[in-house]
Amino acid sequence: MSTLEIDRVRKAYGNLEVLKEVSISIGTGDFLVLLGPSGCGKSTLLNMIAGLETVTGGEIRIAGRTVNDLSPKDRDIAMVFQSYALYPTMTVRQNIEFGMKIRKVAQADRDKAVKTASDLLQITHLLDRKPSQLSGGQRQRVAMGRAIVREPKLFLFDEPLSNLDAKLRVDMRTEIKRLHARLGTTIVYVTHDQIEAMTLATRVAVMKDGVVQQLDEPQAVYDRPANVYVARFVGSPAMNIVPALLEADGTAVIEIARRPAARIGGIALSADALRRYAGKKVLVGIRPENFSIASTGSTAPSLTIDFDVVEPTGPDTLAVFQLGGVEVTARLPPRQAHAGREAGLAVDTSKIVLFDSETETRID
Amino acid sequence: MSTEARSARRAHQFGRLFIYGSLIALAIFYLMPLWVMIVTSLKSLDEIYSGSFIGLPQAITFEAWEKAWGQACIGTACDGLRPYFVNSLLMVIPAVALSTAIGAINGYILTKWRFPGANFVFGLMLFGCFLPFQAVILPMAQLLGSLRLSGTIPGLVLVHTVYGISFTTLFFRNYFITIPDELTRAAQIDGAGFFRIFFSVMLPAALPIIVVSCIWQFTQIWNDFLFGVSFTAGQSSPITVALNNIVNVTMGRKQYNVDMAAAMIAAIPTLVVYIVAGRYFVRGLTAGAVKG
Ligand SMILES: Nc1ncnc2c1ncn2[C@@H]1O[C@H](COP(=O)(O)OP(=O)(O)O)[C@@H](O)[C@H]1O
Ligand SMILES: [Mg+2]
Repeated sequence: MSTLEIDRVRKAYGNLEVLKEVSISIGTGDFLVLLGPSGCGKSTLLNMIAGLETVTGGEIRIAGRTVNDLSPKDRDIAMVFQSYALYPTMTVRQNIEFGMKIRKVAQADRDKAVKTASDLLQITHLLDRKPSQLSGGQRQRVAMGRAIVREPKLFLFDEPLSNLDAKLRVDMRTEIKRLHARLGTTIVYVTHDQIEAMTLATRVAVMKDGVVQQLDEPQAVYDRPANVYVARFVGSPAMNIVPALLEADGTAVIEIARRPAARIGGIALSADALRRYAGKKVLVGIRPENFSIASTGSTAPSLTIDFDVVEPTGPDTLAVFQLGGVEVTARLPPRQAHAGREAGLAVDTSKIVLFDSETETRID
Repeated sequence: MSTEARSARRAHQFGRLFIYGSLIALAIFYLMPLWVMIVTSLKSLDEIYSGSFIGLPQAITFEAWEKAWGQACIGTACDGLRPYFVNSLLMVIPAVALSTAIGAINGYILTKWRFPGANFVFGLMLFGCFLPFQAVILPMAQLLGSLRLSGTIPGLVLVHTVYGISFTTLFFRNYFITIPDELTRAAQIDGAGFFRIFFSVMLPAALPIIVVSCIWQFTQIWNDFLFGVSFTAGQSSPITVALNNIVNVTMGRKQYNVDMAAAMIAAIPTLVVYIVAGRYFVRGLTAGAVKG
């Protein structure tokens, strides 16, 4: 049974259409990440699930129950906000208890719930402090504690880590993942950070301008992006998108300035797609790590290029060069690329994805 | 030490001297009237008429204060300021409480429960801040007449409450707008309703601005003369009106010491309020967001 169904949901502010027919369905225990740039409507969608925004069209169901007209408190959800939204004049304990007090939970049960949650989040020693006396990471934990004691069907997180510094963000990310494994509750999590999406999600919905571009497992989104937008948004450095000409036998021909064109054959394509795109322009998507230095005697298709810029990152080196008239980045082992030098590169064709040059959608 | 450094130091010292000198001079200038009032109120009438105005009293006497408080004649009654002081208290306490409470609710609605046209409504309220007292008097007199509150203290409470709402709403709206909306959203998800959020989350966070609103309203209402003189008469007047009557309607020798004592009595409550809560006033005016 699916815990959350978003069924052709729309949202408009006056004439401004913020969400256009969004449909997402996830199962119990799923970790759904809504991923997209600022302003694409992620928070709006999350707030609609929470009941903080009205639904313009379509239906939202939580555990099979239509919740469109239910108030937030009746939806069996809990939410963690970007600014943590802790009540500033209450202690940590009072913050966590507030919802239970309103629901008239008995004192003994409240104490037990606070204890369980604070032990789990290791904030027991902070219970009598005010939010202003806590660090960012501690506030984050308290906000999660407030959500946990609710024991909801659905946790909602709106960019919970974006106010933390880089180091803490990575720690808290692990913490949230551990929490999900521990509690097994379904989570909807909003972020613009593709790494958070990749590391946390069981399902990712990549959004742009109020439209879901792709809904899939993170690895599938990474390996088989539905369109050029998703390909560029997920992964860092982004997937290289290179214009090419598709020949009838499925070889992609990519122009290289002042050198012979690269001929990349053996790209997996359906017979139907091959028929439709033969002789046409396509976009070739190659992840930076799918390049390697060509070894003599290998049969993999290779190309000869000149490196422009070389950026060592430690574990590997990012090498930038021109291919098909665009700038392309390859992720190579350290010390193998040198700026200004010529090199032969091999390409892992099994990982290549092709896109229609007009619609920019994936060709299968 | 080089001569250069020494002369720089001397210039610095001279600058300091100049700053403190002017500040002290200005402070003396500002405190002069208060000084005159205090020393005059402590002198006997004979001493005032024979000696200087500014000098210390030769023999300190509280006669003038006693007279101003309990015996001075206002109109036909000679009961001093006391009954009017009580009138002012009966007027100021409910009016401050009501206007602050209404301002708080208004600010809360205007920022956290935004409705179409909220900004327009706020604009109208702001406009109220710039309405001069004089513009309100005639319509207000009519309203009080039809409510049968003319010439009463409850009538004056109503007038001051209504007139004060513009200011208190402005205070609270500008304060609550700095409190993140996510706070009310979190409370909604916790199951809190309109009033629960107001009383449990917003009001406790608004303490500094509550103090600001109370001080502001208290000072305005306590010191008001025009509404008092327009809408009350005789026994129901506030202290400012009574003070005016004491000062203006004396026969024979002008009793400067009683006038000064009466003026001091009328001014003391606002002074006390400011001294007790002034710290919060400055803090409240400068406080930005309640950083959670
Ligand atoms: N109350 C509102 N009135 C009008 N437009 C809004 C309102 N709230 C959000 N929007 C618009 O909706 C779009 C999506 O906003 P949001 O969901 O907050 O984006 P995200 O969370 O993905 O950054 C934005 O373009 C924003 O300007
Ligand atoms: Mg957002």
